[in-house]
Amino acid sequence: MIGDSSADGRSLLGRVRDRLEGPNTIGDSTTFWGAFAVVVAALAVYPQVVGPYTVIQTSRYFALAFLALSLCFIWGYAGVLSFGQVAFFGVAAYVFGIVGINLGSVTGAMVALVAAVVGGTLAAALLGYFMFYGGVRDTYVTIMTLVVALVLNTFMAQTAGSEWAVGEAQLGGFNGMNVPSLAFGIGQSGLVLERAALYYALLVTLVATYLGLRVLVNGSFGMTMVAVREDEARTATFGYDVPFVKLVVFTIGGALAAVGGVFYASWGNYVDPTVFGIGFAALPVVWVSIGGRESLLGAIGATLVIERMRTELSSGIGPVGSEWALVIVGGLLLTVILFMPAGVVPTLDDLADRARSRRTEQSQSTTATEEPVE
Amino acid sequence: MSTPQDINVRQKPAVAATGGGVDTILATKRLTKNFGGLTAVDGVDFSVDEGEIRCLIGPNGAGKSTLLELITGQLSPSAGDVYFDGHDLTGMDTHARIDTGISVKFQSPHVYENLTVAENLRVPLQRADGDTDGVLAETLDRIALEAKADTGASDLSHGEKQRLEIGMAVTLDPALMLLDEPVAGMSIEETADVANLIRSLHDDGMTFVVVEHDMEFVRQISDRVTVLNQGSIFRQGPIEEIEADEDVRRIYLGENA
Repeated sequence: MIGDSSADGRSLLGRVRDRLEGPNTIGDSTTFWGAFAVVVAALAVYPQVVGPYTVIQTSRYFALAFLALSLCFIWGYAGVLSFGQVAFFGVAAYVFGIVGINLGSVTGAMVALVAAVVGGTLAAALLGYFMFYGGVRDTYVTIMTLVVALVLNTFMAQTAGSEWAVGEAQLGGFNGMNVPSLAFGIGQSGLVLERAALYYALLVTLVATYLGLRVLVNGSFGMTMVAVREDEARTATFGYDVPFVKLVVFTIGGALAAVGGVFYASWGNYVDPTVFGIGFAALPVVWVSIGGRESLLGAIGATLVIERMRTELSSGIGPVGSEWALVIVGGLLLTVILFMPAGVVPTLDDLADRARSRRTEQSQSTTATEEPVE
Repeated sequence: MSTPQDINVRQKPAVAATGGGVDTILATKRLTKNFGGLTAVDGVDFSVDEGEIRCLIGPNGAGKSTLLELITGQLSPSAGDVYFDGHDLTGMDTHARIDTGISVKFQSPHVYENLTVAENLRVPLQRADGDTDGVLAETLDRIALEAKADTGASDLSHGEKQRLEIGMAVTLDPALMLLDEPVAGMSIEETADVANLIRSLHDDGMTFVVVEHDMEFVRQISDRVTVLNQGSIFRQGPIEEIEADEDVRRIYLGENA
């Protein structure tokens, strides 16, 4: 009996691992999952050992990691480079603010969350539909998505007048809009996600999203995405509706960016048109290029590290003034693209693989040379 | 120019050929493709019977590959129609045409270079129902790449890539297979293997249209041969007649002799 149940337990764990692992993600070893558990546990105790300022800053990095995942998913796995994922991030942030302000209760914040994610997702589906069914491809997708973000930037920037209001929500132009916090509960009472609560909500959502995306990219849909990335024309000749596949991928990417946008707006209780600006639009491309566009973990890790670095640099370290922050990030991007075109995480994985196979070869050759002596 | 013949396109799938009547599975009707001032395919009425192996030959630039791309929908015609197995394919997207039961292998190998052999086969296979693992093993055996299932496609030889590509097309279990130069760049042994593969699939009921320059290979597999020249059908008939034809020798075969 005991043996039976433990065998069942193992096969369940095995089945879960089978779905999480595959050729499209890095990290399939027991060591990897052990390290993953340790890192998640460390992040869980992190707020207990650092000050509240660091907890709040780290929450911001977590919210931005959704934006990185969104780009990593569509660019790394389906080959669609969007320079405008911030558009769906920003649309969701504004919708969250507008609905949240107008409803103005804890229940209202929950409705606003749903409305914002739906709004950001629909915006991506609409843009994706016109692009992919209109035959827009490659760099033109990149340009068009950037243009959409910049148009939104210009439009939102001129909404300063009092006539630009949706119900009670003033859009506020350059000055931005104050946004309520995410909350769960009924009526006026419930859990408001601020400080450590927001941190834990983000950590749980981020880990769940990461694992969910691993299942998706290692399943048959992931194989379809990779086939589209590798060769669109050939994939169509196996009966795949390539524009539809890209539309689905782009819409999922929009949903991920929208989730990030809601958390981001709730984190700062504020959103302004710079979320659509070119400076912010470039950041996801920087994170994902450095972390490795074919690595979900790389995208998250690079976001956390680079944003932490930018925060530290913006207050200036030693002789290095804050004005150097962007130069240093830009230099890092150039260095990575030159020396590790696949990104940091895939390159490290490749090096580890090579070291492992060299060790196997060495141990084989040692036994081979020892044998005649014996 | 001949007047367009009546097109006897099969209306229902899987009607057994009764007695002498053989059904037409593929027919193009006055199919034309212009590229700027050049007419690559010029009013072609090309029809293929169910269950035959038809070879398409002709000099470079005769319009053979263009004709295949018009059938699969990679290109859209300037004029004319394509019918297959009771479907009017004209205006359909490539993926919808494939779903009616067509597979294609292009001229230059188009395998997914960054995927392994098994992953390459899974891309078409995962759209099929049933025992895909069984079909995968069977296909690997058929194209003699069992030992290289986990090898990256970029590490395959040219001949192996050609076989893999044919294997990928075969996994869709099509009624009609279009092969553009399946043995280009292959050794004599590899060519014989591909001929055997085509014949065994043909015995299972698959219809083939094969574009090929290798006349020895054409002799091994073809039922009938269509000669294209300057975008039009120049001659059509059994291989012996075609090879004996003075005009065909002059425009095409002479080059090879």
